[in-house]
Amino acid sequence: MTTAQANTAEALGLQQRSSSPRARLLTLPAVVLLLLWSVLPLIVTLWFSFRRYNLMNPGHTGFDGLGNYRYLFSDPGLGMAVWNTVLLLGSVLVITIGVGTLIALLLDQEFYGRGFARVLMLAPFFVMPTVSALLWKNMMMHPDNGFLAFLMRSVGLKPIDWFAVAPLTSIIIIVSWEWLPFAVLTLLTAIQSLDAERKEAARMDGAGPIAMFRYIIWPHLGRAVAATTMIETIFILGIFAEIYVTSSGGPGFASTNLSFLIYRYVLMEYDIGGAAVAGLLAIVLANVLAFFLLRSFARNLDT
Amino acid sequence: MTPILRKLLLTVLGWIVALVIAFPVIWMVLTSFKSETEAISRVPHLFAHLSLTNYVAVQERAKYLHFAWNSVIVSFGSTLLALLLAIPAAYAMAFLPTPRTRGTLLWMLSTKMMPSVGVLVPVYLLFRDAGLLDTRVGLVLVDALGILPVVVWMLYTFFKEVPREVLEAGRMDGAGPLREVYNLLLPLSMPGIVSTSLLAVILTWNEAFWSLTLTTSKAAPLTAFIASFSSPEGLFYAKLSAASTMAIAPILVLGWAGQRQLVRGLTFGAVK
Repeated sequence: MTTAQANTAEALGLQQRSSSPRARLLTLPAVVLLLLWSVLPLIVTLWFSFRRYNLMNPGHTGFDGLGNYRYLFSDPGLGMAVWNTVLLLGSVLVITIGVGTLIALLLDQEFYGRGFARVLMLAPFFVMPTVSALLWKNMMMHPDNGFLAFLMRSVGLKPIDWFAVAPLTSIIIIVSWEWLPFAVLTLLTAIQSLDAERKEAARMDGAGPIAMFRYIIWPHLGRAVAATTMIETIFILGIFAEIYVTSSGGPGFASTNLSFLIYRYVLMEYDIGGAAVAGLLAIVLANVLAFFLLRSFARNLDT
Repeated sequence: MTPILRKLLLTVLGWIVALVIAFPVIWMVLTSFKSETEAISRVPHLFAHLSLTNYVAVQERAKYLHFAWNSVIVSFGSTLLALLLAIPAAYAMAFLPTPRTRGTLLWMLSTKMMPSVGVLVPVYLLFRDAGLLDTRVGLVLVDALGILPVVVWMLYTFFKEVPREVLEAGRMDGAGPLREVYNLLLPLSMPGIVSTSLLAVILTWNEAFWSLTLTTSKAAPLTAFIASFSSPEGLFYAKLSAASTMAIAPILVLGWAGQRQLVRGLTFGAVK
């Protein structure tokens, strides 16, 4: 790592100058604030995780040892929430990158009105999460007057009551819809940066469309896929609003993820201690993922 | 297959895919012009008699403008604050790098990996004790910190494209560091700063976690206002559609305008 950094520094033509105190001074405000923002809450969370503290009963506080941990780990909701968090992330990644690659390949072809089609396709990404969730729940997936119900009835099928039958799947659909445009756009940008000569050369050598994708395009997409995975992971681990306005995490814990579980503890049960333990768990999960993702992302960077 | 036929087929396919993806948004905009009874009819009308009644009703009954104004203040305020903190940092990282710069950049990114809920407990308690719950100042602070890593990264990649020689020439002419940044760097990287701000405004405008947990009414932005339609008594599809259309319209326009820089910004310069 240090050698790599030294190499980079050399490549940039840097000499260790006396300007480094000034550099530190300029970065200081941003670094200090982010440090406060990320480390201080962690310490406070750790502190509360060992204490008995319910906002409804503020007089009754004190050291509670591992009480909160024992309570949380016996909560049937916890296992569900962790599993749902992972399932939501995994499904959305597979759907957006899989379908996104196909659409990006399509958009790479010449056709009439391609620019406008691309702009149209981008729309879901800019829609705020509370709007997209309510829009899907009420106007698309509603079992009586949703558009999907209308489609199913018109081909003679019985409409599905999406949020009653498959709450987590419904949320996966909504979140995938929100993130598909981003995946398409990133992958398309990567495909278009592939130089035309290489594609032409492969075609000359008699490569069919499948061989072309397998050997020329896909290897080139590595960096775009890594970046998409990392950004989507950042945002999807913290998915909250989509659950809040549609299923409220239910029925039972069927669509509760870690974010929503913690929200339940803090603002519905006022149990600060329990929420703190769940918060720690969320941070640990995120950091394990971050470790692997950032490592592969950093390898792809040309800083 | 002749090239022209191929192109026609691709056109049909491309447009079907685009329309299917955008359909929910298009449907919502159409619904916003219908009456409530038409909006919930089991056999949907594509174009009913369109009227603007819902838009008027949303403002009159629900004080739409109050929430829209909160959204404007919070998204622009936090973007500005983030820029103020990020410009010096990105300048130092791009032009005065130390061996630790790369590590610092990756660390900043890693703070973004931390889910907001992980810090909900301390932030909520701090806000409660400091009287910041349901205030715009509080939300500006939190949102600014939330986008700070993204803003630093984006500015850093843009600043690195400014030739060092230009700044050094300025320094030779006796420009102090402040003048160097103000007179040379900022004008030269204005397009980059504009697209960074654009992305920051989009992200903070759509931020929902903190607005739902830290505000109730006084400082609630549009994300929280729309969420209030999730209660059963608030379920008026046409009015929900009108409110939603107004809530997303400005960002849709900004987003379409800035789409070229979007990929670069959101992938932290990894994909250009």
